[in-house]
Amino acid sequence: MTNSINELENDAKCIFLIGTNTTENHPVIGYKIRKNVRKNGAKLIVADPRKIELAEIADIYMRFKPGTDVALVNGMMNVIINEGLLAEEFIKNRTEGYEQFAETVQKYPPEVAAEITGVPAEDIIKAARLYAESEAAAICYAMGVTQHSTGTDNVKTMCNLALLTGNLGRPGTGVNPLRGQNNVQGACDMGGLPNVYPAYQQVSNEANKEKFEKAWGVPLSGKNGWTLTEAIGHAHHGELKALYVLGENPMMSDPDINHVEEALKNLEFLLVQDIFLTETAQLADVVLPGATFAEKEGTFSNTERRVQRVRKAIDPIGDARPDWQIICELSTRCGYPMEYDSAEAIFEEIRTVTPSYAGITYEKIDATGIPWPCPTVEHPGTPILHSAQFSRGLGLFHAIDFKEPVELPDEEYPLILTTGRNLFHYHTGTMTRRASALDEHRPYNEVEVNPVTAAKLGIANGELVRLSTRRGSIELKAHISEIVNEKVVFITFHYKEAAANVLTNADSLDPTAKIPEYKVSAAKLEKIV
Amino acid sequence: MINLKINGKEIQVPKGTMLLEACRQAGAELPTLCYDEDLRLAGSCRMCLVEAKGRPTLVAACVMPAENNMDILTESEDVVEARKVILELLTARHKFDCHVCEKDGNCKLQDYCYKYGVKESSFAGEGPHFYKEDPNPFIERDYDKCIMCTRCVRACEEITGADAINLEDRGHHAKISTAFNGILADSTCVFCGQCVMVCPVGALTSKVSAGKGKAAQNEKVLTTCTYCGTGCTLELNVNEGKVVGVTSNRDRKYSPVNKGALCVKGRFGWDFIHSPERLTTPLIRENGELRPASWEEALSYAADKLKGVKEKYGPDALAMFTSARVTNEENYLAQKFMRAAIGTNNVDHCARL
Repeated sequence: MTNSINELENDAKCIFLIGTNTTENHPVIGYKIRKNVRKNGAKLIVADPRKIELAEIADIYMRFKPGTDVALVNGMMNVIINEGLLAEEFIKNRTEGYEQFAETVQKYPPEVAAEITGVPAEDIIKAARLYAESEAAAICYAMGVTQHSTGTDNVKTMCNLALLTGNLGRPGTGVNPLRGQNNVQGACDMGGLPNVYPAYQQVSNEANKEKFEKAWGVPLSGKNGWTLTEAIGHAHHGELKALYVLGENPMMSDPDINHVEEALKNLEFLLVQDIFLTETAQLADVVLPGATFAEKEGTFSNTERRVQRVRKAIDPIGDARPDWQIICELSTRCGYPMEYDSAEAIFEEIRTVTPSYAGITYEKIDATGIPWPCPTVEHPGTPILHSAQFSRGLGLFHAIDFKEPVELPDEEYPLILTTGRNLFHYHTGTMTRRASALDEHRPYNEVEVNPVTAAKLGIANGELVRLSTRRGSIELKAHISEIVNEKVVFITFHYKEAAANVLTNADSLDPTAKIPEYKVSAAKLEKIV
Repeated sequence: MINLKINGKEIQVPKGTMLLEACRQAGAELPTLCYDEDLRLAGSCRMCLVEAKGRPTLVAACVMPAENNMDILTESEDVVEARKVILELLTARHKFDCHVCEKDGNCKLQDYCYKYGVKESSFAGEGPHFYKEDPNPFIERDYDKCIMCTRCVRACEEITGADAINLEDRGHHAKISTAFNGILADSTCVFCGQCVMVCPVGALTSKVSAGKGKAAQNEKVLTTCTYCGTGCTLELNVNEGKVVGVTSNRDRKYSPVNKGALCVKGRFGWDFIHSPERLTTPLIRENGELRPASWEEALSYAADKLKGVKEKYGPDALAMFTSARVTNEENYLAQKFMRAAIGTNNVDHCARL
């Protein structure tokens, strides 16, 4: 997030939610948004193919066709430009690339955007005015925006909207991705990515490489590595031979699970380190028992970049070990000794190579976590990014045209399948399916289907139905609800018995981010006879 | 500024300050049940009554703004006597089963009864009894212990915004209820447990923690939630080396993101930690089956395999998926391991999924 979570409760005068079912996936942030709307009268715009809970209290709800995010927001920006609601001073002083961007946006008058997205033009106009005329407007999005073959374009479009209206660098504004996992921010910050060292220092940059060669005392590769989705493909083709999986479950979380299984079985060696014998661990050659968050010391970085302490409450269960100790043991045996006497000692090393974390110490965050960048020990941290200038200097507008999703509905697969989470489970269910109360409350997967669609197919509420795509089929209960429209069905990916990613497409990746298009697959729903 | 005297001590407070806060500033902590600094004032329990000299009645300090020249007594004979009667009224329909109550030792009602020497209620007698069966796996609702402070109602509305519960009926029959007196699962309840967090007695407790350890005997360890990216602070409750529950710290200093508020996963989804399915030993595949192995054997075997692949095919034939669930320290070591020990940048995690 460019801004901090509490600004959504206190400072934002208008909140534009797109592709985030906040009350289910980030419930505490959802409470804050609702409080701001009810108590302070903040305006709320919700754009989502599903009529989510927060749509009920929204000033404007736009139910748009999955995958048409760019067209929708280009339509809003068309209104903003043509009605003169843009932040001219901000654009002049702090941005570049406006002309070409504005030219592209001219192709999307609200009527055209309405045609593509299915949202009435008057709602697009109202939303544009509401957002642009607010004193402080925040955009929040989640995987609903990113998990598309045009994910990168979608995100850039959100940035365009904020730049166009000067909604950056001030309290209550910002482009705020709500990140779905406890330490997904930290995993990225720490260089758990194939193209960057810690703090997003490119591996292909010679100076960075030299810096880390010096810090780590060995020659390093300057060649970008493979992303997760690419690695699975390379395993399939036999170029990847050994894979070490730490606390991940690609057999549930990756697109086209049958394809993933073939890929993993094609490896010469699969090492899995986890707290449970996950679907992925079941295929491993060696399984190492790691520790839960309750059994070790360390830090997590949340979606607002706040680095916070994780504390050991109990000893690891059985013979399990804290994961950092396991990595050290393995590294030492691979001929690169790693020895640390505590998690804090590792953090001290992180500070020396990660400029944004350099000023953070365990002592400083003992009570209250600190949002990075925090370059020096005296620095208080940075809740709001880009207040004086952007990382690259000027904010860059991108001219972006709408592109259709890769797999569109047709006669054989007439519905759009979109996937996500529910309130009671988390990701692949490794933890929550084994949390007694959560699983008792929500023990099985359901497909949300509109009453009209259900009636056409002769499906009753709670009936077991078959949902298929070109990759495969699953059977699960129908949940008849107007949360989706007639052309869309929704399922969650928590349940191994009816695993959503049997159905998703491994070939429809965003060309830059390599993110799979989980929000749009062509599907068919059938009554089981 | 307002000038007043509290227990003989002269103090100055800004206009609009309630007597409760003024008393605190003067070092006089008042007993409260319905008061909660994050919620709107109710003034319903009357425990914070104080004597304002010259006034005909005692006043409830939480809802009475400080006035100039007030002369307040917080533990006068009249005040103490009134508090005893109030406690007897509050406990008239409170089921005393402290020995088996989850809140034993951490219950404000118990503390005040002890302080003011209230052993039983003169007003106890025939009263309504409430069914406690609510078929949900998260929250125990035992309204025979409810003292009608309405903190749960206000927390549900003001913190979570779920509006699942409210007051129903009047007088002796008044109780906290969902719309149409149904079960929580059929209401707008999202099982966040903010009601459990604010309940000052044992009327609302966690079913997941029930029988695992008394609140007062649990050690609380401040940490960060393991689920979504919001980064809520919570306290793991530990008893005899086991995690037995989750509570939250409502001080902004220790809970900067959530100020104690949690969701159903954070508050009730912790018992996977002690699931019998936890992996407790390394495993090695042999003849197609995974068998238990020692750490030494498993680590050496794994390291040899990784080294073997690297020697035969080069470092780029290896890859690692590190994790968005493990710590920063572990992610740092994971990428360092792949880059420095193996020699490849093939390291990624599930940020895309």
